[in-house]
Amino acid sequence: MADLKTNFLGIESPNPYWLASAPPTDKEYNVRRAFEAGWGGVVWKTLGSEGPPVVNVNGPRYGAIYGADRRLLGLNNIELITDRPLEVNLEEMARVKADYPDRALIASIMVPCEEEAWKAILPRVAETGADGIELNFGCPHGMSERGMGSAVGQVPEYIEMVTRWCKKYYDRPVIVKLTPNITDIRKPAAAAKNGGADAVSLINTINSITSVNLDTFSPEPSIDGKGSHGGYCGPAVKPIALSMVSEIARAEATHGLPISGIGGVTTWRDAAEFMVLGCGTVQVCTAAMTYGFKIIDELTAGLSQWMDEKGYSNVSEIVGRAVPNVTDWQYLNLNYVAKAKIDQDQCIKCGRCYAACEDTSHQAISMSPDRVFEVKDEECVACNLCVDVCPVEGCISMVPMAAGEVDPRTGKVVQPDYANWTTHPNNPMAKAAE
Amino acid sequence: MAQGQMAPGIVAGRLSSDELTSNFTDLHPPLAPHEAAVAADRCYFCYDAPCVTACPTDIDIPLFIRQIQAGQPESAAKTILDQNILGGMCARVCPTETLCEEACVRETAEGKPVEIGRLQRYATDTLMQAGVHPFTRAAPTGKTVAVIGAGPAGLACAHRLAMLGHDVVIFEAKPKPGGLNEYGIAAYKATNDFAQAEVDWLLKIGGITIRTGEALGQTVTLDSLRNDYDAVFLSIGLTGVNALRAQGEDLPGVRDAVDFIAEVRQAEDLAQVPVGRNVVVIGGGMTAVDAAVKCKLLGAENVTIAYRRGRAAMSASRYEQDLAASKGVCILCNVQPVAIHGNGAAAEIELEYTATIDGKLTGTGETIRLAADQVLKAIGQTLNGAPEGLALDGNKIAVDATGRTSVPGVWAGGDCAAGGEDLTVTAVAEGRDAAMDIHASLSA
Repeated sequence: MADLKTNFLGIESPNPYWLASAPPTDKEYNVRRAFEAGWGGVVWKTLGSEGPPVVNVNGPRYGAIYGADRRLLGLNNIELITDRPLEVNLEEMARVKADYPDRALIASIMVPCEEEAWKAILPRVAETGADGIELNFGCPHGMSERGMGSAVGQVPEYIEMVTRWCKKYYDRPVIVKLTPNITDIRKPAAAAKNGGADAVSLINTINSITSVNLDTFSPEPSIDGKGSHGGYCGPAVKPIALSMVSEIARAEATHGLPISGIGGVTTWRDAAEFMVLGCGTVQVCTAAMTYGFKIIDELTAGLSQWMDEKGYSNVSEIVGRAVPNVTDWQYLNLNYVAKAKIDQDQCIKCGRCYAACEDTSHQAISMSPDRVFEVKDEECVACNLCVDVCPVEGCISMVPMAAGEVDPRTGKVVQPDYANWTTHPNNPMAKAAE
Repeated sequence: MAQGQMAPGIVAGRLSSDELTSNFTDLHPPLAPHEAAVAADRCYFCYDAPCVTACPTDIDIPLFIRQIQAGQPESAAKTILDQNILGGMCARVCPTETLCEEACVRETAEGKPVEIGRLQRYATDTLMQAGVHPFTRAAPTGKTVAVIGAGPAGLACAHRLAMLGHDVVIFEAKPKPGGLNEYGIAAYKATNDFAQAEVDWLLKIGGITIRTGEALGQTVTLDSLRNDYDAVFLSIGLTGVNALRAQGEDLPGVRDAVDFIAEVRQAEDLAQVPVGRNVVVIGGGMTAVDAAVKCKLLGAENVTIAYRRGRAAMSASRYEQDLAASKGVCILCNVQPVAIHGNGAAAEIELEYTATIDGKLTGTGETIRLAADQVLKAIGQTLNGAPEGLALDGNKIAVDATGRTSVPGVWAGGDCAAGGEDLTVTAVAEGRDAAMDIHASLSA
């Protein structure tokens, strides 16, 4: 049985699943339920400065995007940081940490971009016994209008500056949570590293309007006829998060910087994907908000079983394993040739592959009067669209051609060696092969 | 006080009115909006979808289901009714298990098709309950067409003609329009007087006059209609009934299943409909199943369907057979009636076992007797009272692909015309297509 025990920046947790800083971690009651359910750690809902807490709207905070059967694929929110007094949160954190010393408890913090503000709050957080802090430079709504959250995360210089303050006034691990609402995630990540951050966590939520009410013409969620952009999360954002994580994991300036992965983790498989792209832990929110804390049982059992099947005994063995395989387009092997293959025994004859290929791709699938769908190898460019739209998993597969075979589409012999765009004759910038 | 199942003979009121109400409720309750959303989400929007190919009226099923998914059941209904103006009834009575739903790729994938019939009902009910008739008439053409018979084929033909700007007069022999939708078809498939509601809704197009009590060959003749109208569409159904040719067929207690079904459909109070204690229904089609199930629901103690061939040869679908079995009907195959015995009324039926020898169905000589105070004959209907001079194809009126008969200016469709299965949906398609051809002919 694989060991899911995780050591991230020296912070230990029984498994790599932390609850992200969000409504599920807003107070002692929820966090105790999460720990009883088996979660490895929590990042407590973001704390603000001493004084009157922020207020939230008194109407809907969330909007959603659905797939078939109303399966929630994306969620957005306009909720702010904790709206409870700092003192109450700190007391609860201390009590919970004392009762669950084996679980990770991280304090998320968002205070104004002034050294005094950070200097004031950090010692008080340290007193709770929290294992570390996460700097919320990510929330794209509400707080950003007040010069916090993503307003900081979008300016690398501010990230570096605040991180430096934190390292100065706090002696435990500092994690910087990044906003995806930027053009190049590597810049803020490098700034965090330069400021002394022990790790980054990403992604925070994405600017979004989930829908517009066509009766009132108000964006949703609607507050008295008006809407404001919210932060988007859930399964729909996973691809964006994976890409950003991988960019940080493989960039020269940030390679090796520990990462806590966030963004649409719903099943063990999503978690494993984040981890092999370089994440030492993963943070979960939307899946818990959709299904409750009990999903931790599937998350841990699934990861454990997969590790057993692959022969890994410790999570540290899987972290970053896929990073070397993330490359630039220009280095992809252009001598690799594949063809779609339809398994006629599995085909249910819906014809979606045909419609997709015929209408929108390469006219590489034929349809007989009795609805037999077959790939025309002489037209197939192996684009994978047929695989993607087929309702039956495994019915259509991409089969690589062996070296020496002739590709009926190009009439060329498939070459055994690797050759990419940098040396391709059509590339005006091509370098002569050495 | 209910008579109970054990009361001998053919008697009314075997069950309490509460039991009868419960028994004759909707076979498939309508989908609630949530159920419809879940059911619609299962559709894959297939290319050149097999369900459409399987539909005699070619309803664009993936489109209408997508319209339900997208929150517009009224648009979905329009898509359905464009092709099949009786889409509401067809959603209730179509043997979807042998048509669209049998062809559904999710039947192939999971043995559970998309519930096309129930989704169609959801869409059409939504529109009809809103009282919306989404079609309007083209500019008047000044032409008038006579339609004989207000069944599914006649109504579909009349509606399409009216839409195209022609005036239509429908001659109907019975007191009410609807044909088998009103007088045939299992009561538990068309509850709440749906057949009449649908006719009323259909007539909202305008330009259609229905004259009831007008029978061809009695109050009107084909010759006079040909003189008085620009075209004639015959949809007279099959009103003749095959004879059993068994001894004792004329004993009281023996009757045609279609008459029995019509009596149940027209009953104001089901507690007043008499039914036997031991009923035997002869036949293997939908009429046999409908009659047998109705007897059971009315409180008959024992109901047996006796069919002369094997179960696979029954024209009632497997689904219908299972429905009958689930209501407690016994299905006895490979038996043919030899005689009905009884002193002044049916009491027993004598059946002979059959076998197929050299491709021919033959009695084996071995017989069995079943108690039978009521025997219902459901061995097929025949063309009856077709006007002289029309060429026949087998026992039905010969027509070409667009419904033209051998007589100029006369079209035919529905059960009375050759070709196609005797289904409501087929009749609608034939009526509609004949209307298009009549229109082309009148516009030429």
